[in-house]
Amino acid sequence: MATAQVVSEKNYLNESKGLWSWLTTLDHKRIGLLYMVAVLTFFLLGGLFAMLLRVELFAPGKTIMDASQYNQVMTLHGTIMVFMVIIPGIPAFLGNFILPLHIGAKDVAFPRINLLSWYCLITGASIAFFSLFKNGVDTGWTFYTPYSIQTSNGTTFVVLGAFVMGFSSILTGLNFIVTIHTLRAPGMSFWRLPLFVWALYSTAVIQVLATPILAITLLLIAAERLLGIGIFDPKLGGDPVLFEHFFWFYSHPAVYIMILPAMGVVSELITAFSHKTIFGYKAIAMSSIGIAAVSFFVWGHHLFVAGQSEVAGIVFSFITMLVGVPTAIKTFNWIATLYKGSIQFQSPMLFALGFLFLFTIGGVTGIILATIGVDVHFHDTYFVVAHFHYVMVGGTLMAIMGGIYYWFPKIFGRMYNEFWARVTFVLIFVGFNVTFYPQFVLGSMGMPRRYYDYLPEYTSLNRISSVGAWTIGTGFLIALFVIIHGLLKGKKAEMNPWGAKTLEWTTSSPPPHENFINEPIVTAGPYEYR
Amino acid sequence: MAHGDQNQAHHGHHITPIATYAKILGLLVILTILTVAVARPVSGFDAGILNAGIAFLIASVKAAMVLAIFMGLKYDKKIHLAIFISAVFFLIVMFTFSVLDIYTRIHVESTL
Ligand SMILES: [Cu+2]
Repeated sequence: MATAQVVSEKNYLNESKGLWSWLTTLDHKRIGLLYMVAVLTFFLLGGLFAMLLRVELFAPGKTIMDASQYNQVMTLHGTIMVFMVIIPGIPAFLGNFILPLHIGAKDVAFPRINLLSWYCLITGASIAFFSLFKNGVDTGWTFYTPYSIQTSNGTTFVVLGAFVMGFSSILTGLNFIVTIHTLRAPGMSFWRLPLFVWALYSTAVIQVLATPILAITLLLIAAERLLGIGIFDPKLGGDPVLFEHFFWFYSHPAVYIMILPAMGVVSELITAFSHKTIFGYKAIAMSSIGIAAVSFFVWGHHLFVAGQSEVAGIVFSFITMLVGVPTAIKTFNWIATLYKGSIQFQSPMLFALGFLFLFTIGGVTGIILATIGVDVHFHDTYFVVAHFHYVMVGGTLMAIMGGIYYWFPKIFGRMYNEFWARVTFVLIFVGFNVTFYPQFVLGSMGMPRRYYDYLPEYTSLNRISSVGAWTIGTGFLIALFVIIHGLLKGKKAEMNPWGAKTLEWTTSSPPPHENFINEPIVTAGPYEYR
Repeated sequence: MAHGDQNQAHHGHHITPIATYAKILGLLVILTILTVAVARPVSGFDAGILNAGIAFLIASVKAAMVLAIFMGLKYDKKIHLAIFISAVFFLIVMFTFSVLDIYTRIHVESTL
């Protein structure tokens, strides 16, 4: 191993120079970084709107904005965070960078389509932003009918933007499936794939199967708006609940587009920082596929009180509970991996452990909400808001942060400042719980979501929640500085600073243009620790 | 198609005769005419609740012919057929559960 320690001078970062070389690059690593820049920018914006929402909710009544501005800011926050941050976050950014390295390939199967998918995201996001700001769209990110059909014309464009961004997602998924099937290095059998690859594979299947449904549904909205065809609007003989069916047929599996790759990252982090072979490799790999499969049969749990029939409600409630099985399989295997491991608490591991803690709360409250009788009361309260933030932020964002720190040395060839990275973990983890735990309580007290005002008895818990939100905000700002500081001033990274065993750590940091000087030959599984 | 006769056995690539394409085209045209003919506003033909079903059935037969012959799925690797069928399966899942809801709703007269 020591012989390969020589850091090659030529790498993918300095291979060619200039903005144009980046905007036309076909290198999956550079495209991954293009995604990083886009996603971080969107995240800053979406986060800013979250901060504004929490300022408004600091006190009852009007604080800094009126009710309709609040609805617009909430729509901005939701649309940006869902379509532009967490959906592309892990697959398109970390996945793009790491997947070919993980399987010992030179690149993805279709490099041009890969670049095209980035431009789809940027084009779709631009269309959506233009309309969100210009027309003050206030439908929320779900575009529920009949309101989305009757409200201002801006909705058509936001929907079109989401449609175009959907193509980005489909193309990335397609690319990954073909890459995993055809470009594995010699000896890299399916049972030797790192678990992050299994997670990306399951995600890609969902992206390819579910996203077209969203696209068609959004087209139907446009058709109804522009041509007056009655599909969802009861005035025209349509059924608004049908929209919710079609929308959640995509959007529930989309929740797994957001969380499955995060679980993949966490599998990598936990085994690497426990310096121990992962427990139950096949079980974790198969549970990813299991979650992807079950995810298509549960969407009706969003419609329990929307006018869906009781029979359908009971069926969906039951199937939703089944998601808990593969999810718990993963969690138990991660904990079993920790058992008797040589655990190191570097910042990526802290985020992975934070994920375990927060995601479990998010998952268990999901079972509570899946129980139809309970959900009748909790539906559209802050309990739901707290639940999905525990999954999306406590799950996915924790994994993104852990993944960024973990692969930082590989991506940029430099180390970040470990002390400040741990500070960001403490701020984000503590701030997160301070923000969202009170929202469980608020929800069970009956505070409805999406309102800009609330009754005086909810004031103190809302204040705690707002202070927590600003703590998270501070944490993420410091994280941004840690990243920029590491990029500019960080000390040179070794080839394998963590002592991890997957293939990306056997090439130089940063990797050369085509990843490996000699094509790797795989002779063992991905986690041969002890 | 000058290169059509070059060593096709080597690739195992099926070449469909023009006559087959023409026959399928004829069938598609006939079925299109049939679709229009059974439309209530055109012919007055009315099968009640089956109206949409009949239209979908004819459209499905047409789509199957296009997929099998024009798009070559009939002679392609079976894995491609499996991929296509899995997509249809998920479409059926979506329709089944949506219909399960719609047809099990208990009708309540508005009290407003
Ligand atoms: Cu759901």
